[in-house]
Amino acid sequence: MMGGPMQLHVSNLCAGYRGRMVLHDFTITPLEAGKVTVLVGPNAAGKSTLLRSLAGLVPATGSLRLGGIDLMGLRLAERANHVAFMPQDLPQGAELTVLESVISALKASPLDGFGGGAQESRLRALAALDRLGILDLASDGIGRLSGGQRQLASLAQAVVRAPRLLTLDEPTSALDLRHQYQVMHTVKALAGEGRIVVAVLHDLTLAAKWADHVIVLDQGRLAAEGPPAEAFTPEILRRVYGVATRVERCSRGGLHIAVDGLA
Amino acid sequence: MTTSRSAPGSVRPSISPSAALATYERLVRWRAAVLVALCLLLLGAVLLDVSSGSSAIGMRDVLHALLWPAASERSTVVIVWEVRLVPAIMAVMVGAALALAGAEMQTILNNPLASPFTLGVSSAASLGAALAMILGVGVPFIPASWLITGNAFLFALLSVALLQSLTRLRGAGVESLVLFGIALVFTFNALVALVQFVATADALQQLVFWGMGSLSRATWGTIAILAVVIAVTFPLAMRAAWQLTSLRLGEERARSFGVDVKWLRFTALVRISLLTATAVAFVGTIGFIGLIGPHIARLLIGEDHRFFLPASALSGALVMSLADMASKTLIPGVIIPIGIVTSLVGLPIFFALIVRKLGHA
Repeated sequence: MMGGPMQLHVSNLCAGYRGRMVLHDFTITPLEAGKVTVLVGPNAAGKSTLLRSLAGLVPATGSLRLGGIDLMGLRLAERANHVAFMPQDLPQGAELTVLESVISALKASPLDGFGGGAQESRLRALAALDRLGILDLASDGIGRLSGGQRQLASLAQAVVRAPRLLTLDEPTSALDLRHQYQVMHTVKALAGEGRIVVAVLHDLTLAAKWADHVIVLDQGRLAAEGPPAEAFTPEILRRVYGVATRVERCSRGGLHIAVDGLA
Repeated sequence: MTTSRSAPGSVRPSISPSAALATYERLVRWRAAVLVALCLLLLGAVLLDVSSGSSAIGMRDVLHALLWPAASERSTVVIVWEVRLVPAIMAVMVGAALALAGAEMQTILNNPLASPFTLGVSSAASLGAALAMILGVGVPFIPASWLITGNAFLFALLSVALLQSLTRLRGAGVESLVLFGIALVFTFNALVALVQFVATADALQQLVFWGMGSLSRATWGTIAILAVVIAVTFPLAMRAAWQLTSLRLGEERARSFGVDVKWLRFTALVRISLLTATAVAFVGTIGFIGLIGPHIARLLIGEDHRFFLPASALSGALVMSLADMASKTLIPGVIIPIGIVTSLVGLPIFFALIVRKLGHA
């Protein structure tokens, strides 16, 4: 990669579905490799649409450049070389083992610099499971996993393609505290390997703890962005969510956001 | 992060990548073995099928007539090769075609209740056949002996084309595809009923028998045509095996892996319509096989489509072969239409597998 860390440039992005534009002329400061960016905002603010437009899953116009590559100019299969997406839920009806699901993620479309041989795919999929600490789930059916295991298996399917941009849609929804910590810890470590990670989170305190950079959306537009301490102020939260909050710094330095009532 | 930490909620000791790889390789070998076993079972079923019938010809004479026709008794050779082998082979072909179509259908619609007939393909074929039989309406330039078959085939293909164009109008969601399909089923069935209403008693009887499905219309020629259709569609389906497998993880996820899901669904529907239309045109409506074949395969070896697709085809062929045998032996001297028997033979197998599965869970 040439000059400095890889960046994701998002400018003038419009995205949405048939007859219903959700994001309007959206521009943000470049996102950097190695950092976790968290998208927050009220329901229907456009968080999921922004995430999906990064992954090329919803129709969008505007400019998306990842480290010198024009993502908008790529076909879906080419884009899947650079960007991975982790949906909220993993279907439970499929009769596949965790390892098979990860191999199929790898072999579903050709990947740059990867031959796709049977043995090569198996080893790479196993390495992804090992990386996330779920190697012992390799031969378990994905329908029989617990919530936390399912999120990690789902994350493994996204990570195995070695994406430079990893997008996660509420990776900790429906997880207990221990598994929330575990998944976010893993996500942080994945960013530390030089990836750009963008995640939608609903829990602001969780976002404050793990985010390097926060993007606050409201009605399809940018409401605020910056480090958690700058993005989470009572003023911004009142404006966006319509609630009265206290943002307090704990003794350990983390932010705690308490909602006192409707504003 | 360390790699020795065990997974959340897990009480098992962590394992090494090489051990996990060995486990997976065992699983792959097991599946290959299941496929071989299904092939052998199918071979046995076909031999039993050819050995059963109204004239008493034992298994040994049948084998002799099959392997050394020149050195066998003339009448035996004729009965085995012309009377029994043709429907027996057709049973295998039709079973494989419908089950393969069903397997792809269940995956692209993400619906375990889907079968080739869910979207109205067989209803359309029935309408085509009904128009030919009762009103004599048919495709021009087709010889009279092929009128019913040609019409059934054409209508089946048209129904899929109609479905494709309807879904293209309104975004190609799975739900709208299924809804349009169900609407087509009712429409075609109503039209068939309308044609039946104006039919003469003779023509009506002919139509009802056609609808029950029968292998007695099969010839080496129709077998060859169906074989060509399978030979073309099966490798194409196998080429899409990984994409189909990844589709089981959800449409959006498959797209994020770079799979063009719309195109995958379209090409699968073309394959499904060819397989179903050809099979239905030659032997009439044979339900259940397209539903049960994939389910047997799924229960036996899961949904890695490299194994799931061939296992579905083999399971469908096996059930169909057993059904053909049952159709000749349930009532001595009478060949019951195969469409009736498939459900009766398939159900016990289906229940046995489900009960076994529940026992494991």
